Amino acid sequence: MALKYIEEYRDGSLARDLVKKIHSVSKKDLRLMEVCGTHTMSIFRHGIRSVLPRGVTLLSGPGCPVCVTAQKDIDAFVEFARVKNVIVTTFGDLIRVPGSSSSLGKEKADGADVRIVYSVFDAVNIARENKDKEVVFCGVGFETTIPTIAASILMGIEGKVDNFSIYSANKLTPPALAALMETDGVEIDGFMLPGHVSVITGTDAYRDTFEKYNIPAVIAGFEPIDILQAILLLIQQNEAGRPALENAYPRAVSDAGNIKAKQIMHQIFEVCNASWRGIGEISSSGMALKKEYQKFDAAIKFGMDMPDTPEPKGCACGEILMGLKTPEECLLYKKKCTPMTPVGPCMVSSEGSCAAFYRYS
Amino acid sequence: MTEEKILLDHGSGGKASHALFSDMILPLFENSELSKQDDGAILTVDGTRLAFSTDSYVVDPIFFPGGNIGDLAINGTINDISMCGAIPQFISVGLIIEEGLPIKDFQRILEAMATAAKKAGVKIVTGDTKVVPKGKADKIFINTSGIGIIPPDVNVSGSNAKPGDKIIVSGTIADHGITVLSSREGLKFDSDIKTDSAPLNKMVQSIIQSDCDIHVLRDPTRGGLGTTLNEIAAQSNVGITIEESFLPIRGPVQGICELLGFDPLYIANEGKVIAFVPQKDAQKVLEIIQQDEFGKDAVIIGEVIEKDPGKVFLQTVIGGVRIIDMLTGEQLPRIC
Repeated sequence: MALKYIEEYRDGSLARDLVKKIHSVSKKDLRLMEVCGTHTMSIFRHGIRSVLPRGVTLLSGPGCPVCVTAQKDIDAFVEFARVKNVIVTTFGDLIRVPGSSSSLGKEKADGADVRIVYSVFDAVNIARENKDKEVVFCGVGFETTIPTIAASILMGIEGKVDNFSIYSANKLTPPALAALMETDGVEIDGFMLPGHVSVITGTDAYRDTFEKYNIPAVIAGFEPIDILQAILLLIQQNEAGRPALENAYPRAVSDAGNIKAKQIMHQIFEVCNASWRGIGEISSSGMALKKEYQKFDAAIKFGMDMPDTPEPKGCACGEILMGLKTPEECLLYKKKCTPMTPVGPCMVSSEGSCAAFYRYS
Repeated sequence: MTEEKILLDHGSGGKASHALFSDMILPLFENSELSKQDDGAILTVDGTRLAFSTDSYVVDPIFFPGGNIGDLAINGTINDISMCGAIPQFISVGLIIEEGLPIKDFQRILEAMATAAKKAGVKIVTGDTKVVPKGKADKIFINTSGIGIIPPDVNVSGSNAKPGDKIIVSGTIADHGITVLSSREGLKFDSDIKTDSAPLNKMVQSIIQSDCDIHVLRDPTRGGLGTTLNEIAAQSNVGITIEESFLPIRGPVQGICELLGFDPLYIANEGKVIAFVPQKDAQKVLEIIQQDEFGKDAVIIGEVIEKDPGKVFLQTVIGGVRIIDMLTGEQLPRIC
């Protein structure tokens, strides 16, 4: 497996040159927000905060799909695990996220059949191999994940897999950026836009938001050189007073994005309103199965409609996701809420900002 | 302990495992030997110091590239005894077998155990076999315990690290964990990685028989290098700093870690030693390790510092710095 692409983008001397440049152009105090959990992790993992000028603050926005999943959706996942003859399939990050009364991990310890999969297609295969059971997949993801979930539905239709269904808590990124800009008190001087999501959406997906709010925005890759380059561009735009929508990840992201993936996504799903944890409902920010595919909708199949439940008292996940608070400003952080005993999903997910703060700082 | 039930996290080797030990096990069993929390207990009998250690093996799958549960169980206990500075002598084997395990699989496992013991020069002297009904265990679980003799003048412990010590790791990290993970159902990687499971007793003997000072020896198994360094920092009440660019990691292992969102610092090793050695002897110990068949890729990765006791820092490739905490929970794959 060749990994040259990693070494090139982790080059120490190149990184130090970029850091020098950042220090030489940076004059103003700036608050820059990344909206991708993988960026958050990479920033911490490579110690990027420790090399930036004092005045440049990086905020972790609503970019980790687990972290923005509403409490009632987590409760629904737990409830599926309690139904007889149901196998719940999920990506690993969800296992320990606490719902109102339990988590998938606790249900598993109690004997529920909860299985971690690395791809939604594994869930379809599990359904094929367990015809006497119902297999539910917990659909939690952004534009990167939704096309594969859509493809799994097509796979289910083709293979006549009737015992497979998904619960869609999927979300779209651009509406969340717009919602952030509309929120009182939110102060952001630039967005580091998510590389993976942008591979699918393309640069064009952000154009409306950019034109409306005229805020610096740069699409970034995930290696330290990519991230430093994006930070430099965001600072330069701010210092020059010339906001722009720039693509600093052209080796993966095009203007139009992945057209085929988008076609499959829109063939199976339609845009709907969605609840974001701590933020509330954002219009046109979710993806629901279209009517003709509703036999694959686990919520309909099982009549699952969990009530809205308040988030745990004191949990500041929502404010943290909007950059209004840092994890350290949450009263529960490192006290009641640790990765061992997480209260909110930002502490559970490996890509959550609280977990990253806890682990790396 | 706040949980009402045992969760998988409690077996991860990270924070939850430590809480289980400190909050539940240690208070009930407390004695001066157990409290030291080294890889094995140091016991003195008629003036002879013995190292005594036990470990259980529940790896899934039981066969993986480069080894199986059998040689893993023998090497693991040999290494735990070796990390006490002891020369392993005798091993016991407890087998818990699930009804239905093919005899040919059982034969392969036993043969691997016999070969591993012979290679390391230890005797399997006692054991026990139990069979449980199908579904009540998963194929086979193995417990091994062992005894070794600590030569006079040898004094290694996780609590002996001193500021200025250099930290040597005997080769590439994360090989075992990634091999097992990528052998699991549902993950198909086309790579040539294999477990690093190996007996380290001869390497350790060469080090302790040299005239060099050795402060700490530890094998970074479950929980990985990151967790083990945290344990030593806490036990010795010192700070530790390591250089990311010095960490030896095989390309394919790094690649799989990148794909699945794993940090190689927290992935299990089964044939590596970390040695803390005063600066004056560091180069010599490094060369001794490099001459061993399992130590060719050994390097110095960092040093012990006086400030920030209990903390472990990583100097990143780009010139930044970050904290390496103990593993919390099982490492989980990323979601997007």
